[in-house]
Amino acid sequence: MKRKGSEKAMGAGRFRAVILLLFVMLVFALILNLATGSVRLSPREIWSLLTAGGDASTESIILFNVRMPRMLLAAILGGALAVSGFLLQSFFRNPIAGPFVLGISSGAKMIVGITMIFLSGSIAMSPAVMVAAAFIGSLLITALVLLFSQKVKNMELLLVVGIMVGYICSAVTDMAVTFASEQDIVNLKYWSMGTFSGKGWDSVVTAAVICLPAVLASWLLSKPMGAYALGEGYAISMGVSVKPFRIALILLSSLLSACVTALAGPISFVGIAVPHITRRLLKSSRPVLVIPAAFLAGAVFCVFCDLIARTVFAPTELNIGTVTSIFGAPVVISMMISRRRREA
Amino acid sequence: MTEFFKTSGLAVGYNGKALIRDIDLALERGGVLTLIGPNGSGKSTILKTVARQLAAVRGTVAIDGSPLSAMSAKELAKKQAVVLTDRIRPELLSVREIVSLGRYPYTDMVGRLTAEDRRIVSDALALVSVSELAERDFATLSDGQKQRVILARALAQQPELLVLDEPTAFLDIKHKTELLCLLRSLARERGMTVIMSLHEIDLAAKASDLLLCVRGETIAAFGTPDEVMQKLPIEELYDLKKGSYNAAFGSVELEKINGKPRVFVISGNGFGIPVMRRLQRERVPFAAGILFENDVDAAVAASLASECVIAAAFEPITDATFERARALMLSCERVIDAGTPIGTLNGHNGKLIDTAREKGLLSEY
Repeated sequence: MKRKGSEKAMGAGRFRAVILLLFVMLVFALILNLATGSVRLSPREIWSLLTAGGDASTESIILFNVRMPRMLLAAILGGALAVSGFLLQSFFRNPIAGPFVLGISSGAKMIVGITMIFLSGSIAMSPAVMVAAAFIGSLLITALVLLFSQKVKNMELLLVVGIMVGYICSAVTDMAVTFASEQDIVNLKYWSMGTFSGKGWDSVVTAAVICLPAVLASWLLSKPMGAYALGEGYAISMGVSVKPFRIALILLSSLLSACVTALAGPISFVGIAVPHITRRLLKSSRPVLVIPAAFLAGAVFCVFCDLIARTVFAPTELNIGTVTSIFGAPVVISMMISRRRREA
Repeated sequence: MTEFFKTSGLAVGYNGKALIRDIDLALERGGVLTLIGPNGSGKSTILKTVARQLAAVRGTVAIDGSPLSAMSAKELAKKQAVVLTDRIRPELLSVREIVSLGRYPYTDMVGRLTAEDRRIVSDALALVSVSELAERDFATLSDGQKQRVILARALAQQPELLVLDEPTAFLDIKHKTELLCLLRSLARERGMTVIMSLHEIDLAAKASDLLLCVRGETIAAFGTPDEVMQKLPIEELYDLKKGSYNAAFGSVELEKINGKPRVFVISGNGFGIPVMRRLQRERVPFAAGILFENDVDAAVAASLASECVIAAAFEPITDATFERARALMLSCERVIDAGTPIGTLNGHNGKLIDTAREKGLLSEY
């Protein structure tokens, strides 16, 4: 009995340690983010500004209206992207699935682009409208990928299909751009490059209102997700209602990745790399542990990537997707190679 | 008889098309029912229907009096657990984590385990003797170990009915026998009802209370192993042409080499078996004799020898039998003495050896 107790404590202990580590890293990243930029702020200055509340000084405006919303947005959307990837990986029972590689992000981009070009005259492009457009695009491409996945059982082949679908979506987006006005093109270009910059509190609120409940809902699906990892047959035998569960998984994943795409543009590789690193850290793939840890890890990853994006070549900013690719793609490559080796 | 498991007028198949129909089964609580039959005969289709992974085309399946179709997913999960042939390839899940999933129908919304759940999981691990693997990553186990972990997961579900599709497929002989002994003891001592499919007909006959032969559009035979083997010889069920099956021993011999015998084997008391198997391997048609009908050599000779001379059990060999054997022996190119001791009742075999030596037919084995 005593041994069993300690085994339980060991598993839980590891989870707590990982969460603590990620939390400390997040706080460190956030402070660093608030401090660095064209105007440097010391931790002491930040603290006094925070405790004093906003005033009319340049420092205060930079802190409260530029850096803080940007950093919070990067954190929330980074976490959302990681969870979205993990949901897709659970759905396909394959760790190399993700919203970007399956073409889902490109689908969201396409519909957002079309909406920006053809409907911007009639409706205001608020963050909520962008998210709605991206959600429709995500679902459209997800449905297409699912259709293919019934014919194509091989995951690698499905990824090739996803990448091709992504190219088709980009082509359609480019075609739409041909008909766009100058101003729309500028807006679209700026958005589709992918960045957390220039986003205000309304974006943060939209992101928080959509992503946080969606992440919580995903966590509440951990139990059937765990059973589903053994395959559909076993899941059914344990009492999982597979159909509604699969639909919920797809809807949540699409909603999360749509929200990211709408608010920050397509961001690559976070959805695969972060859940992978999280599983390694936890030494477990139990969804009940992975989802909260992956959310935190995604937040840390994106906040750091954003910091790099805006500081390395300051005052010129890099696309956020550029930075996440540089760090994320090698992780994905190494993961695919080690999987190959294990299966051989 | 209280029927714990019952099917009536059941037809199973895919997309509403019946592959096998008129399946009427009844099994008591604590009984073991095994489905046998050739590959692709539909054993898995029946098991999937029983596990409600596949809808019945017609008819009903009832567990403990309640029809399968009327049970909620959770009710069914508490009554029935399965071991499937699906390969499971989870990433980074320990053996204990996988077995803990068996507690699914009993845990709360996020799947937290109580102390009681943990105890049941440890018991299940111990039952299939994988306790020492509990903290290992499932992906690093051998196929045999994986299969036992999957069984432990099913046992952790504490089912009244256990459905297993070819549970012995990846196991070596030690683990095969251990698994079947475990299933027998679960059935007898815990009253767990077991329905499974097996490829090893010999083990199926030994481990099961009831056998169900699946071949063709209806059930080929259903009953106790003895009844079934009598009604439908295994050779017929499997359309076995290149060999034979001995139901008494549950042993299989390769095909009989037919033709005029070239070698005569003087045998008995088991001494002839290795000689006869070797001749079969060398594809030499041979005759065997003189064998008492209750001799183990006689059972093997029936499967392998193109001709054999059989004498009645418990009686001295008659002169007529001896003459028949002598004539047959002299028609062969050579004679092998398997080394069977010559006693009071088989003295005629001694005379056969002498005759063969005189004629220069006797050769060393």
